[in-house]
Amino acid sequence: MSTAIELVGITKRFPGVVANDAVDLRVTAGEIHAICGENGAGKSTLMKILYGMQAPDEGTMRVNGTEVSFASPTDAIDAGIGMVHQHFMLADQLTVLENLILGAEPTKAGGRLDFASAEADLQRVAADYGLDVDLHEVVERLEVGERQRVEIIKVLYRGAEILILDEPTAVLVPQEVEALFENMRELKASGATILFIDHKLDEVLEIADTISVLRHGKMVSTLANEGVTASELAELMVGSELPTPDTAESTVTNVVALEVTNVTVLSEDRRPLVDNVSLQIHQGEILGIAGVEGNGQSELVDAIIGTERVNDGSISLHGDEITSWSVRERRTAGVGYVPEDRHHEGLLLTSPLWENAALGHQNTAPYGSKWFINRDGARQQTELIREQFDVRTPNIDVAAHALSGGNQQKLIVGRELTSNPSLLIAAHPTRGIDVGAQAAVWDQIRQARSNGLATLLISADLDELIGLSDTIVVMFRGKLVARLSPSAVTPRDLGGYMTGAQTQTLTEAAL
Amino acid sequence: MRRLLFSLAAPVAAFALTVVISTIALWAFGSNPLEAYGDMVSHASKLETQVDILNRATPFYLSAVAAAIGFRMNLFNIGVEGQYLFAFLIAAQIGGLISLPQVLHILVIMIVAMVVGALYAGIAGVLKTTRGVNEVVSTIMLNSIAVSGLMAWLQRRWQADQGDNFTSTTLGTNPIDDSGLLPNVNGLLEVFTRDIGLGKELTGMLLVAVLVGIGYHVLLNRTRFGFDLRASGINPFAARAGGVPPKRMVVAAMLLSGGVAGLIGMVQLADVGKFPPDPIQGLGFAGIAVALLGRNHPAGMAFSAVLFAFLDVSSGVLDSTGAASREIATIMQGIVLLTAVVAYGVMSRVRERDEARATAEALLAEDTLVAA
Ligand SMILES: Nc1ncnc2c1ncn2[C@@H]1O[C@H](COP(=O)(O)OP(=O)(O)OP(=O)(O)O)[C@@H](O)[C@H]1O
Ligand SMILES: [Mg+2]
Repeated sequence: MSTAIELVGITKRFPGVVANDAVDLRVTAGEIHAICGENGAGKSTLMKILYGMQAPDEGTMRVNGTEVSFASPTDAIDAGIGMVHQHFMLADQLTVLENLILGAEPTKAGGRLDFASAEADLQRVAADYGLDVDLHEVVERLEVGERQRVEIIKVLYRGAEILILDEPTAVLVPQEVEALFENMRELKASGATILFIDHKLDEVLEIADTISVLRHGKMVSTLANEGVTASELAELMVGSELPTPDTAESTVTNVVALEVTNVTVLSEDRRPLVDNVSLQIHQGEILGIAGVEGNGQSELVDAIIGTERVNDGSISLHGDEITSWSVRERRTAGVGYVPEDRHHEGLLLTSPLWENAALGHQNTAPYGSKWFINRDGARQQTELIREQFDVRTPNIDVAAHALSGGNQQKLIVGRELTSNPSLLIAAHPTRGIDVGAQAAVWDQIRQARSNGLATLLISADLDELIGLSDTIVVMFRGKLVARLSPSAVTPRDLGGYMTGAQTQTLTEAAL
Repeated sequence: MRRLLFSLAAPVAAFALTVVISTIALWAFGSNPLEAYGDMVSHASKLETQVDILNRATPFYLSAVAAAIGFRMNLFNIGVEGQYLFAFLIAAQIGGLISLPQVLHILVIMIVAMVVGALYAGIAGVLKTTRGVNEVVSTIMLNSIAVSGLMAWLQRRWQADQGDNFTSTTLGTNPIDDSGLLPNVNGLLEVFTRDIGLGKELTGMLLVAVLVGIGYHVLLNRTRFGFDLRASGINPFAARAGGVPPKRMVVAAMLLSGGVAGLIGMVQLADVGKFPPDPIQGLGFAGIAVALLGRNHPAGMAFSAVLFAFLDVSSGVLDSTGAASREIATIMQGIVLLTAVVAYGVMSRVRERDEARATAEALLAEDTLVAA
C-alpha cells in the first residue's frame, strides 16, 4: 500500500506550550487512521497543520509522496485534503446550500452563480453517502448533528480524497455514530483515506485500521488495530484505567427543585418543538433526557434557562414560578448551565480565561456584585477552577481560543459547578473531554448531587446517561415518550425509544 | 517590559510608515517635504497652537468615546454627527432662554445636551430591538433628519433677531448669559509656561473630556455593566446565556453613546455662547476614525485625537506658509489610519511568535537542567 501522508519531525509552539513536539506520522492510503490522546495533547493542532491552517515551526510533510508546504487550507484542498473541524465553521446566517458552495462557487457563463447545477451536484454527493440534509434551511436553525453532515458534504463536494475529521462522533448519538461509520466505510471502499480524532475508545476500536497516540505533544505510538483492548489504549493515552460512570447509591430526596408543567414551545411557523412536556427534578436527583438531536431537547433547555419563550405551561424553581423571569434572574437564583455548543453559548473566545469563568456569574461573588466586577475575586476563583478541573493552560490570562477543545469544556463545567448551583442544566457536559478527565467530571457532578444538586442531564453518550442518571426520560418529536430506570435499561433499548421504534404508553401520573 | 515594548511598537511603526508615505506624497505634489514638516513642527511648538490643538482634540475625543461605546458591543453608531448637532441646538436654545446661577446654569445646559443626544440615539436602539432595523441604516437616516430637517427648521424659528437685519452676529440662537458658559482652563497650561496670548482660550471641556475618558475606562473594565457590554460585543449568544439581556443592552449602549455625543457641541458652545448659523460639522465622523486609530482604548483614543487635531491645525499653517496644500493633512490622517491597521495586525503576529519562542527556550533550559 502506498503512503498517503507522511509527517516528519513536525513541531509547533504556542505561547506557553509546545503543542506538537517532533511528531512523526505515516498514514497509508485507503485506511482509517485514528488519532487519540488526552485533552491538549496536540491532536487538533497536528490536523490543522496538515490542513494548512497553521504553519509548523519545524518539520516536513509529504502527501502522496510529494513534499508539500501549505500556505492556507486552499493549498491543502488542492492537494486533495479536506477537514471537518471540532468546532464547526459554517456561516450561521446563510443557507446550507450557500454554505456548501462558499469558496467553490460554480458559475454560469458571465459569472453568475449557478445554483441549480450546484444543487444537483450536492444532492448527488449527499445521496451517494446517505448524508441527509435540507439544502434550503438556514444553518443557524440546524442541530449540531445536521451541521456536521453539512461539513462532511462540503468537504466531499470539493473533491477531497483525504478526509480529516476532528472528533466527529462527539456530537452524535449511537445511531448516528453507526450511520457515520457506515459512511466512513463507504468512503474507504471508494478509495478515500480518513484520519479522525476520537475520545471514545470503543468507537476507535470498531472503525480504525491503525491507531496513533499523542501525549504531551509527542507521538508515543502507532499500532495496528489488531488485538488491542480499550484499557490498553487508555493506558497509552493517560496512563490510567478506563473509568465507567457508575452512579453511587441514590441521593434523591423528595424535595422538588424544578417542576416543568405542560410546557409547550412553538417554532416560528407554530409547530410544537416542545410538546406539552411535564417533569420534576428533586434535590439530589439527576434526570437524564435521552433523544436524537433535534427532538426538542435544546428548546426545552432554552425554555428552562430562559432564552426561549414558553408558549404554554409553567416552570417553577424551588416553588417559585419562574416562567416569566429573565435569564439573569434565573441564573442568580442558582441555575447553572453547560450549553451544548461551547463556542456558541459558552465562551467569549477572544477574552481571557478569568473573564470566561465569570461569564454567567458576573453579578455574584466572588466574580462581582450588582454593580462591579471583582477582578481579584474572579482571578482567584479561576485559579481554583483550573486546579480542581485540571484545565491545562499556561495561565489564566490567555484567551479562551488558545485552549484545546476539551480544556475549554472543563473550564465551562468548572465554572458552573464551582458556583454552587441548586439546579444544573448540563447538555453534554463531558463532550470532547478525554477519558481520564471525564471520570473526574463525573465525580464532581456526583459529589454535587450528594450535596443536593438537582441536575437535568442531556447527553449523546448513552453510557454516561445511564451511568449518571437516577431517572431517564426519552424525548421524541417534542414529547416525552418513555420514562425508564437506568438500572433496567441498555443502550440498545434506549436507542429503540429514541428513534421511535419502540414506545411506552405513559400515563400522566407516571411522569 | 516586553509587553510595553510590543504595545508601543505598532503605533511607532505606523507613525514611521506614515511619515515615509507622506514624504513621498508631498514630494510627488511638488512640495518640499522638509520645509512642510519644519513648518508643522515649529508651528506646533508654539503655546497658542497647542491650545488650538487641544481645543480641537477635545471634541474629537468625546466623539471617539461616543463611537467606541457602540463599537465595544458591535454596534455601529454612525449617528454621532446628528446626535451632537441636534443636542447642541436644543441645549443652546434652552440655555439662552433660562437664567440661573453659574454652576447650575452650566450643569443644566450640559444635562440637556446629554439627554437630547441620548434620546436621539435611543431612537435607533429602540428601532433595532423592536423592529430589527439595522443601526447603521437608522442612524444615517437620523443624521439627515437632524441636520437637514430639524436643525434647518428649528434654527430658522429660533433666530435671535427676527428682523430683516440679518448680520452674522445676530444669527443663531439667543446668546446664553455668561453664567451658562463654561470658563476656560488657561490656568492649567499657564502654570507650566507663560500666559497664553492672542486671546486664545483653552476649553474647559478638556476637563470634561478627561473625566469622560476615565469614566469610560472604569465603566468598561470595572463595572458589571461594562462586562456585559463587552461580552455582548464578543459573543451575544454566550452573553445572553450568561444572563445579559440583549435588547436592554442595545438600548443602554445607544443611550450612553448618544449621551457622550451630546457633549461634543458643548466645546463650541462654551466658545461662541450660542448655536451659531455655521456650527462645526463632521466631528461625528472624525470620531469614528479617531476611535479606530485608538483601538477603542481610552488612552489610545486620546493620543489619536491629539494626532488628528495636530494634523488638522497644521493644514492651516501649510496653507498660509505655502509649504504645501492643506489637503495633505487630511491625506496624512487617512494614511495613519491605514498604516495603523496594518501595523497592529503584524505586531500581534510577531508578539505571538516571540512568546512561543520564549516558551521553547524556557522548556529547553528546563530539559538541560533536568538532564544535568
Ligand atoms: N491558537 C492557539 N494559541 C495558543 N495555544 C494554542 C492554540 N491552539 C492550541 N493551543 C495549545 O496547544 C495545545 C494543544 O492543543 P490542541 O487543540 O491541539 O489539543 P487537542 O489534542 O486537540 O485537545 P482536545 O482533545 O482537548 O481537543 C494546548 O495546550 C492548547 O492550549
Ligand atoms: Mg482538539
